Amino acid sequence: MNEVNSDVVDLSTMESIYETYSDQPGALIPILQKAQDVYGFLPPEVLQWIADPLDIALGKVCGVVTFYSQFYLEGRGKHVLKLCDGTACHVKGAQTLVSAVEEEYHIRPGETTEDGELTLEVVYCLGSCALAPVAVLDGEIMGRVQQDGLLAAVKKRLASAPGPVGQGEPHGIE
Amino acid sequence: MALSEMSRLDARREQAKQHWQERLSADLYITIGVGTCGYAAGAAQSLDAIRAELEKRNLQATIKEVGCVGMCSYEPMVELQAKGRPRLNYGMATASVIPEIFAAYFEDAPLVTGVIVGQVQDTATCLAAGTLHSLTFVDPERGEVIPFQHKQHRVVLSNCGLIDPECLDDYLALDGYTALSVVLSDMTPEAVIDEITASGLRGRGGAGFPAGVKWRYARATQNWPKYVICNADEGDPGAFMDRSALEGDPHSLIEGVIIAGYAIGAQHGYLSCRAEYPLAIRRLGIALAQARELGLLGANILGTDFDFDITIKEGAGAFVCGEETALMASIEGERGQPRPRAPYPAVAGLWNQPSNVNNVKSYAYVPRIIRLGADCFKSLGTSSSPGIAVFALTGMVNRPGLIEVPMGITLREIVYDLGGGVPDGRKFKAVQTGGPLGGCLPEEYLDTPVDFDSLRAADAVMGSGGMVVIDETTCIVQFAKYFAQFVCDESCGKCPPCRIGSTRMRELLERITIGQGKLEDLDEIRRLATGMRQASLCALGQLAPDPVLSTLRHFEDEYRAHIVEHRCPAGQCRELLSYTIDPDKCVGCTMCARSCPVNAVAGERRQVHVIDQAVCIKCGTCYTVCKFDAVVVR
Repeated sequence: MNEVNSDVVDLSTMESIYETYSDQPGALIPILQKAQDVYGFLPPEVLQWIADPLDIALGKVCGVVTFYSQFYLEGRGKHVLKLCDGTACHVKGAQTLVSAVEEEYHIRPGETTEDGELTLEVVYCLGSCALAPVAVLDGEIMGRVQQDGLLAAVKKRLASAPGPVGQGEPHGIE
Repeated sequence: MALSEMSRLDARREQAKQHWQERLSADLYITIGVGTCGYAAGAAQSLDAIRAELEKRNLQATIKEVGCVGMCSYEPMVELQAKGRPRLNYGMATASVIPEIFAAYFEDAPLVTGVIVGQVQDTATCLAAGTLHSLTFVDPERGEVIPFQHKQHRVVLSNCGLIDPECLDDYLALDGYTALSVVLSDMTPEAVIDEITASGLRGRGGAGFPAGVKWRYARATQNWPKYVICNADEGDPGAFMDRSALEGDPHSLIEGVIIAGYAIGAQHGYLSCRAEYPLAIRRLGIALAQARELGLLGANILGTDFDFDITIKEGAGAFVCGEETALMASIEGERGQPRPRAPYPAVAGLWNQPSNVNNVKSYAYVPRIIRLGADCFKSLGTSSSPGIAVFALTGMVNRPGLIEVPMGITLREIVYDLGGGVPDGRKFKAVQTGGPLGGCLPEEYLDTPVDFDSLRAADAVMGSGGMVVIDETTCIVQFAKYFAQFVCDESCGKCPPCRIGSTRMRELLERITIGQGKLEDLDEIRRLATGMRQASLCALGQLAPDPVLSTLRHFEDEYRAHIVEHRCPAGQCRELLSYTIDPDKCVGCTMCARSCPVNAVAGERRQVHVIDQAVCIKCGTCYTVCKFDAVVVR
């Protein structure tokens, strides 16, 4: 069994995550999701930690992680901007918004700015199609997005405090 | 013991109905739509503004946060009802507009930015077997139902926008869980299946398979445990009716799932909801906890010997997991790759046990069918596609949103009567139905009735109900390429026809959009399509060619224009555009020449300028900077 290197990543929360889900059938995906909520992505140490008690080969765990778009194997920026390119958003000009952000911040979808501040992602459908085009910035959803408004909102957010750790998908306003 | 548990529920329901009436006769009653779309339009800020305005005016109010009513073009939507005044619903009610709306409501001040959506009537439709409450919006001046609601029969959406989805009592007040009581006290599982079969309910996830038949197979399989699975993985871009129902009325779905569990003999249910719907997941969690507390889930439900509970599973981001075997694989913690069927889930599904998979809306119809009767449900719609269905109308229409209409309504009625037609005076080009695996229908097909079979006959598909309208500014080849790209991204990769076929198809379409297509490419696309349809493992690969093929069938001229004439009629394909200067309009201001990043524009001051086509990179800068409309883009 490989030794988990807990010097690099603080694995103390993994125990309680495991306790919550371990007796549920099909526990792997919920555990991965909760772990990513905590760490912001899935470091290899965490994957190894999960594989052992669930008695699943690490390769199989990686197979699951790389299949689903929700999981990240690398850390992302302090702020995450998701632009929807679902059919309705696409016909309402989502690609223009993508190009505008690419040009302003010199990153392509899936990439993070060099200073680690902003990650851009393109997603297929957030379910607010009648308010196309739609964007989610650090978990906050925005509809009827225009280019200028989007760039201004991103600029304002980058100038403020970092987003919450472990932002996965949009959280909606709670 | 059963009787006392049911009586307890009845008593709680009576109390809830009383509270419902009391709330409606409050001095000031305000509702605000807080679905994801409401939040996207700024509803959270509107709520703060409402509270501030109430404080400023020194008013007390009962504020209810409700789900979305489906009239997304008006979001955020706020309803005001003061004693002695009409109940009015206002749209475009962003935070800065709230004071204007209050002034309009209380002081008859004019509305500038806000709009009156309509006067609200809580319509209690008395049907033979029971009552269905829903919201109707009436034009206050003309007294007629607003156009968007024409022909709508809100059943699955009936509670959305009317109740607070986080309040169980609201659901109970509108006869919630009455169907479950009736089922557990008066009906055998077989009788429930007979009723669902008699209603003719066809699955609302897209395949349209008769629900009653599926349930009967699952019941017949003698193998336990059995599972009920709700497919809440609404992955079709352009479809959000499940999202709205989950956020606005989660208990309907839960009640339907419990009834299904009873009918097929299952002990456990899974609600598999995509992670992109966090608000829906949160509200489902709250609703499940409420149901458990009231003894509607768990052991001995309502005092009977029926045990059933439900777990929420969050999807992890994969469109293919909308396919039932892939969905089950993801619940099991595997990669979401489909498996061949047979065996069908009713025989061997989740963990190889008998399982029933249905869509959110299918389960949400179940309590209504039980309560109002199969005949009532069947009386709406057509004989082969009975009932009503929910559609998501989006894209280039004036009034995008969710509509619940009887099957058999035409596309023209949906796009023009309810949707208000195409904005900005542009011309309708096509409506894409059924999501990214559906088909595109041009103007000639607008009188096609919308039901499973008529759309299939027109080589389109109803699917989960998404309808995206495009106008003359959308290039049909680019549109087809978008769908091919989508399949490439979402293919699970297991079978070559889908994995390789979609890639090759996208490459062919890409070449056509950059002016490198050949006429033989069109036959190649058709050949690939045949291979994918016949040999792909699951519906994703089998149906993937359909949107591309339908554009080729109905718009072949546009493909030929790209290939033969190197022209994009919609003006969208950059490599096929040419920028020229109209000599009659050019005044020689040199603005374009100075702005051109590649020095493609030549001309002296006050002389007509010319663009060198060999150098031009078609960035559009000259078009943007010219103040004389002299740059022509073709």
